[in-house]
Amino acid sequence: MLSLRDLSTSYGPVHAVRDVSFTAQEGQITAVLGANGAGKTTLLRTISGLLRSRHGTIELDGRRIDRLSPERMPALGLAQVPEGRGVITELTVDENLRLGGLARGRVRPADLQRVYELFPALADRRAAVAHVLSGGERQMLVIGRALMSRPRMLLLDEPSLGLAPRIVTQIFGLVRSLVEDEGLSVLLVEQNARSALSIAHRGIVLNLGRVVADADADVLADDDQLRHAYLGF
Amino acid sequence: MTRLRSWWSEVTLLRHLVLAAAGLLVVVAVLESAGDFRSLQLASMAYLGLAAGGLTILTGLNGQISLGHGALMAIGAYTTALLLPDRESSTPLALVVLAAVGATLAVGVAVGYAAARLHGPYLAGATLALAVAVPGVALFFKGRLGGEQGLRVVLPDIPEWVLDLAFFVTGQELTRSRYVAYVAWLTLVVTFVLLANLSRSRVGRRWRAVRDDAVAAELAGIHLGRARVSAFTVSAAAAGAAGAMMAITVRLAAPSGFTLNLSLTLLTAVVLGGLGSLTGAIIGAALLTFLPQVVTGWGTDAGLSDIRAAELAPLVYGLVMILVILLAPSGIVGTLRRLAVRRTRGGPEPAPPATDAADPAAPSSSDALTTTSKGTSP
Amino acid sequence: MQQLVNTALSGLTLGMVYAAFALALVMIWRSTRVVNFAQAPMAMVTTFVALAVIDAGHSYWLGFGLALLSGLVLGAVVERVVIRPVEGKPEINAVILTLGLFIVLHALASVVFGNRYRSFPAPFGVRGVEVGDTTLGITGFGIFSIAAVLVVMALLVLLFRVTDLGLRMRAAAYHQEVARLLGVRVGRMLTLGWALASVVGSLAGLLIAGGSLVHPGFMDSIVVFGFVAAVLGGLDSPVGAVVGGLLLGLSLSFVSGYVGSQLVALTALAILMLVLTLRPGGLFSQPAQRRV
Repeated sequence: MLSLRDLSTSYGPVHAVRDVSFTAQEGQITAVLGANGAGKTTLLRTISGLLRSRHGTIELDGRRIDRLSPERMPALGLAQVPEGRGVITELTVDENLRLGGLARGRVRPADLQRVYELFPALADRRAAVAHVLSGGERQMLVIGRALMSRPRMLLLDEPSLGLAPRIVTQIFGLVRSLVEDEGLSVLLVEQNARSALSIAHRGIVLNLGRVVADADADVLADDDQLRHAYLGF
Repeated sequence: MTRLRSWWSEVTLLRHLVLAAAGLLVVVAVLESAGDFRSLQLASMAYLGLAAGGLTILTGLNGQISLGHGALMAIGAYTTALLLPDRESSTPLALVVLAAVGATLAVGVAVGYAAARLHGPYLAGATLALAVAVPGVALFFKGRLGGEQGLRVVLPDIPEWVLDLAFFVTGQELTRSRYVAYVAWLTLVVTFVLLANLSRSRVGRRWRAVRDDAVAAELAGIHLGRARVSAFTVSAAAAGAAGAMMAITVRLAAPSGFTLNLSLTLLTAVVLGGLGSLTGAIIGAALLTFLPQVVTGWGTDAGLSDIRAAELAPLVYGLVMILVILLAPSGIVGTLRRLAVRRTRGGPEPAPPATDAADPAAPSSSDALTTTSKGTSP
Repeated sequence: MQQLVNTALSGLTLGMVYAAFALALVMIWRSTRVVNFAQAPMAMVTTFVALAVIDAGHSYWLGFGLALLSGLVLGAVVERVVIRPVEGKPEINAVILTLGLFIVLHALASVVFGNRYRSFPAPFGVRGVEVGDTTLGITGFGIFSIAAVLVVMALLVLLFRVTDLGLRMRAAAYHQEVARLLGVRVGRMLTLGWALASVVGSLAGLLIAGGSLVHPGFMDSIVVFGFVAAVLGGLDSPVGAVVGGLLLGLSLSFVSGYVGSQLVALTALAILMLVLTLRPGGLFSQPAQRRV
């Protein structure tokens, strides 16, 4: 569905992503793993259009999207979920969600209803300013906001960052069920490789901006050498 | 050659003194060939240059903006006027100037403490308020400050020894206009030497550090508020000296001379010359002094009335100021220097030049504006 | 007693106008982190547009409407042409640009309209309203001013709180990157924000001018009062700007009535210094919360 070919992006003088190629299949969770500084977030920002690639291509269903601006992505069905800091803290929970709907033109009450059913914690605080939410609630809010734009593919940026293990499990379980029940595709960028591989179908390992492994998730999880070298567990 | 250069850039004080002496020689040469009218014009260039020099320290080195340097000049000018009410006044001119600087300094500290220690638009706003408020004070205290008419400034007689010295050195009688011009330029040179040394000292490095990256500066143990307030205070003192020079040059301290326009004009001089460069401040002052006649001439030729034609000069300054920021943010001096560097190195992308002997107060980077505070917005 | 009431009433009227001007400054500050000092000459220029229309024999209201419209256009053009190129550059660049604009608009108005004072008409009486046999210190035009500002504020609240456009504008102001990822055309929103702020500033200009004299510098002190009012309210808060405007209008009216109108600007400076020293975050912040 989403395929990258020879993608390189530099961040100032640094080549943060070098010649990265892989394909994220429809209806699957593709995890991009690697240590801090491996180029994961740069890669995600390049896909969503916030950064310009140096060379290489990004295709969504065979159509090149690497020269499109980020504002165009929601209309293509691509929703980037920034890590929890991507909540607009000055707006209320409801307003954050409505913005997600506006990304696709208008707010559908049914979508709003569904997000509140998925995340009852948010429903209780819909009129509260997002500033007061906990880390876990913020993560739910950014995922819910992305769902409001009826995406075909979610680009998740470090959803486990700074969250308690219990909440990480809850959020990852929810992502998995969205994929299984609704056919959503997910590109999951994670430092927490163990949790990510537990729900992913396929895993890509980045090191210093290059792909060092690309295999099925269970293969990666069984490869002790790789795990010790790059994934830290 | 290279070794000579690096030696030259290390002996800061010596270099500044040599440059100052050279500057004074130029001043003497120019003034001795100037008539009374030209002398007074050059004196106005000196006081504009003084105030612009103070402002460039604040804006270029510390990244703050003052819209009140005209008002600070007014404080210096009124202090001078109050101390020089008649020909018999016994206060020596040097003391008068010091008093003017002192009074301005006091106001500078008060306003600076309230506004300059805070990050954001507060200093610009507070100094704008100062610029709008000061003329009103002169109007309110009519009896003491002369109201709309202002106060006359009576220049004390030129001391005998100065007349003798001048005759001995130049072989010409020293006229009062030329005397005023000498005083103004001497004040400018002395002030600039002080400012140049200060900006090369630890204090100056702190100011730049705060400008470039407030967070890093704070981590390095620099007290942000103190650095900002001290930069503003020094800058205000220079404006005070400029006010005193303006008073003895135009022989009057009146509210109409210190409008908001004066403050904005000074900022124009600083931006045109190049932020952070004292040489640029003098170039800017020269433009402010000599350009208006030319531009006004164009206006009257085009059929405008005198009053309207007089507004063409600020129109040109304002437009040029906008264009400079949009196209060449380092001003005239910075851009010329970059061109020079490009030519000597032959490369398309010049690195920031090393310390430049010709310009003691230049910021360490060629592009004063684009290197200022990043990552400090709230 | 009567003088007290009248001073308070005229302070209220002025305060509403300062509040509008402060609101214009806050709107721009919140979205682009620039204090638009050029708001003063921008409002002056649009007021002169109204004067030109009225002097050409058209009605006051046509002039009024065209002035607001030209404010809209001027604000948008300024953002697009002058401010946009330095977005993301050090904030001092934008400040210098607004000041350059200040000088240019001033000079341009002096060249085109001349430097002298000209009287500006008012659509309603500029004599005090009479209640029984006492004359109150509020004029028909004063009542119109208060009403006009209230209407504009209500419209802004509606725009920002209720409409989708307002939500997008707020998202663009608070978090540009996230807004872009959510499909918001941030550039357009910022342009629109400047345009609307400039309309509000133009309204303040028309209200200050009504029944009084205008010249190219007539708004210069108003930008100071607007800034002080905005800082009183915390610079980031529209509600704070309105409260700050009213407080400032009342204080300055009393200084003007009981001490001397020449000291009004000095009082504003004193209030500003006091607030910045004691509560830099505005009157409604915690005293300890210092944004140094």
